[in-house]
Amino acid sequence: MKANCWQSKKKMSVETVPDPKILNSQDAIVKITTTAICGSDLHLYNGFVPSMQQGDIVGHEFMGEVVETGKSVSKLKVGDRVVVPFPISCGKCFFCEKQMYSLCENSNPNAWLAEKMWGHSPAGIFGYSHLLGGFAGGQAEYARVPFADVGPLKIENGFTDEQVLFLSDIYPTGYMAAEACDIKPGDTIAVWGCGPVGQFAIKSAFLLGAERVIAIDKIPERLRMARELSGAITLNFDEVDVLESLKELTGGRGPDACIDAVGMEAYGHGPVYAYDRAKQAMMLETDRPIALREAILACRNGGVVSIAGVYGGFVDKMPFGSLMNRSLTIKTGQTHVHRYMKPLLDRVERGEIDPSFVITHRLKLEDAPHGYDMFNNKENECIKVVLKP
Amino acid sequence: MATQWETHPGARTMGPLPVVGRSTLTANGKTNRQANTATTDLLINSLGWFSIGLGLAEVLAPRKVAKITGARKHTGLIRAFGVREIISGVGILTNRRAAGWVWSRVGGDMLDLASLGAAMTRSGRNRSKTLLSAAAVAGVTVLDIRAAQQVSAQKEEHDALDRLEASVIVNQSPEECYTFWRHLENLPRFMSYLESVRDMGNGRSHWVALAPGNLKLEWDAEITEDKPGQTIAWRSLQGSEVTTTGSVEFQKAAGNRGTIVRVQMSFAARGQALARLAKLAGKHPEQMVYKDLRRFKQVMETGEVITTEGQPAGRTSGATWLDSIAR
Repeated sequence: MKANCWQSKKKMSVETVPDPKILNSQDAIVKITTTAICGSDLHLYNGFVPSMQQGDIVGHEFMGEVVETGKSVSKLKVGDRVVVPFPISCGKCFFCEKQMYSLCENSNPNAWLAEKMWGHSPAGIFGYSHLLGGFAGGQAEYARVPFADVGPLKIENGFTDEQVLFLSDIYPTGYMAAEACDIKPGDTIAVWGCGPVGQFAIKSAFLLGAERVIAIDKIPERLRMARELSGAITLNFDEVDVLESLKELTGGRGPDACIDAVGMEAYGHGPVYAYDRAKQAMMLETDRPIALREAILACRNGGVVSIAGVYGGFVDKMPFGSLMNRSLTIKTGQTHVHRYMKPLLDRVERGEIDPSFVITHRLKLEDAPHGYDMFNNKENECIKVVLKP
Repeated sequence: MATQWETHPGARTMGPLPVVGRSTLTANGKTNRQANTATTDLLINSLGWFSIGLGLAEVLAPRKVAKITGARKHTGLIRAFGVREIISGVGILTNRRAAGWVWSRVGGDMLDLASLGAAMTRSGRNRSKTLLSAAAVAGVTVLDIRAAQQVSAQKEEHDALDRLEASVIVNQSPEECYTFWRHLENLPRFMSYLESVRDMGNGRSHWVALAPGNLKLEWDAEITEDKPGQTIAWRSLQGSEVTTTGSVEFQKAAGNRGTIVRVQMSFAARGQALARLAKLAGKHPEQMVYKDLRRFKQVMETGEVITTEGQPAGRTSGATWLDSIAR
């Protein structure tokens, strides 16, 4: 089959590789009909995620048709159309029982490695480094899906792939970030980053009852999407001082909750940004937490800072005093996708949201490397790339 | 757990045996290795910070350093040495076990001494200052060599197969965990190095292990303690090529959250078997038992061990990234 493989920093290539096989009795093989490039894939692309190996098949947003099932699979059968959640979860451990699926204790064969870096290991994730299991990903013609009875969501209505594909990651990810804000009527929510996850966080914040959402980015078309398709107030951090503007918009109090939908490769201005770029380049800091620092400082007293952006290692100059003295709450985590798939599909069915609104580019799987390059450089007003095998 | 070790000193009844590595048991059940680690850590920690401090001084105030050491004309060199010191220091502090970084300090010391030696032959006026600096560097060199030797020795002792311990929490009852484990023929399902365990009745069993390169190790074992739902202990029979003891304890976790499973194992071997045993254990024997326990948890909770072996990748070489670091 054809599969998009990580070669080295800034280098992906579509290779012909063997088809995946059933390796565990609870596996299914899915013939992929649509897959996508996630913003977090760019962290792999730019070489910021440790433990990638040349040849690893990437991709964790995919859906398709079940073509084979292992002998212990009972809920899925050949021919079922499914969306696959990006974390791999056993459904039986302490965390899966608590519906904290991205913390599954059994799905990361390399848990001992993650424990060395992070203290404890989260769940395995498709195509997202050996630290997170080293599972072959879904930017391919076929994928092996472990614990097939636990993860994949059957799609039995007439929706198109593009309308349901994002249940695999970015729609639940944006939603969980907004849900973590514990939104009350009248709340103002600020969202850093208007990439695909930011767009879903903005939409979800409104769905959950926010009165105002303030969206922060510097890319005009992304701000326009937030403004025109979701009704957000937008701030371009190239043009305005974000902290000042947020104070002005909230009478000096600050937003009730702040969402970081940016993560480890944030952009910014001035000496602090230069400091982070330099430290990251010298491997003295793995992540640039520019958006996160600002989100903390901006948040109102007693508010929530919700982190959906991906961080990998260590950050510097965290305004921890601000966090502590002002009773802020931090909520974060890889998305517990399984928990949200069905209720969020219901919202699609009820016509509350059509997740395909973020798509700007449709490419063939063979053109995945070009898609990465374009998405990474934000060329051609690229916001979201879907790939067709 | 220590008492169980004391009750079943399988290795000791057979006279001195070569154990892989050099750690020995002390009375309180702690190995000498553990006791030494703290002092070595303190030493290398101090050296790491010393490196950074000196390096910063050299980079930021090379003139002052030059004046103190009596090497006035070489501020550029001193600045370069400062960068080297900082790199060594960061390396030491971030890689606590990396002997290479500590040895890099020894190399740096030699450079310093050589440079000071050169300065001494050239400048007569600052001779006494330079001499003093050389003496200080020589002192530090002694410390560096000591630390490097200690860290290198620790690395070897890491390979010991003595008292390998691990624990894990399993979302099943102690009885279920016990029953699965007590059926010894199940062990190869999660102990990756075992090819088979055959129950020969009367609490005796025959174990076959496979080391990389298809090297076989076999031994007979007997159960020495068996409390249903609580604990199982075993040891190899006299005359086996591998001498091993092991025990597992199943403790009901607080709040009805399943079972805490604690395992302790030791391995030793004589003659030719020793090389095969060392291969079996690999570079990180302490990880071996822990990884096995994680697999035990997977089997108990999900019914199987999850794997990625045999999945596709676009690699020219078949080796996985894990192969390169796991062994």
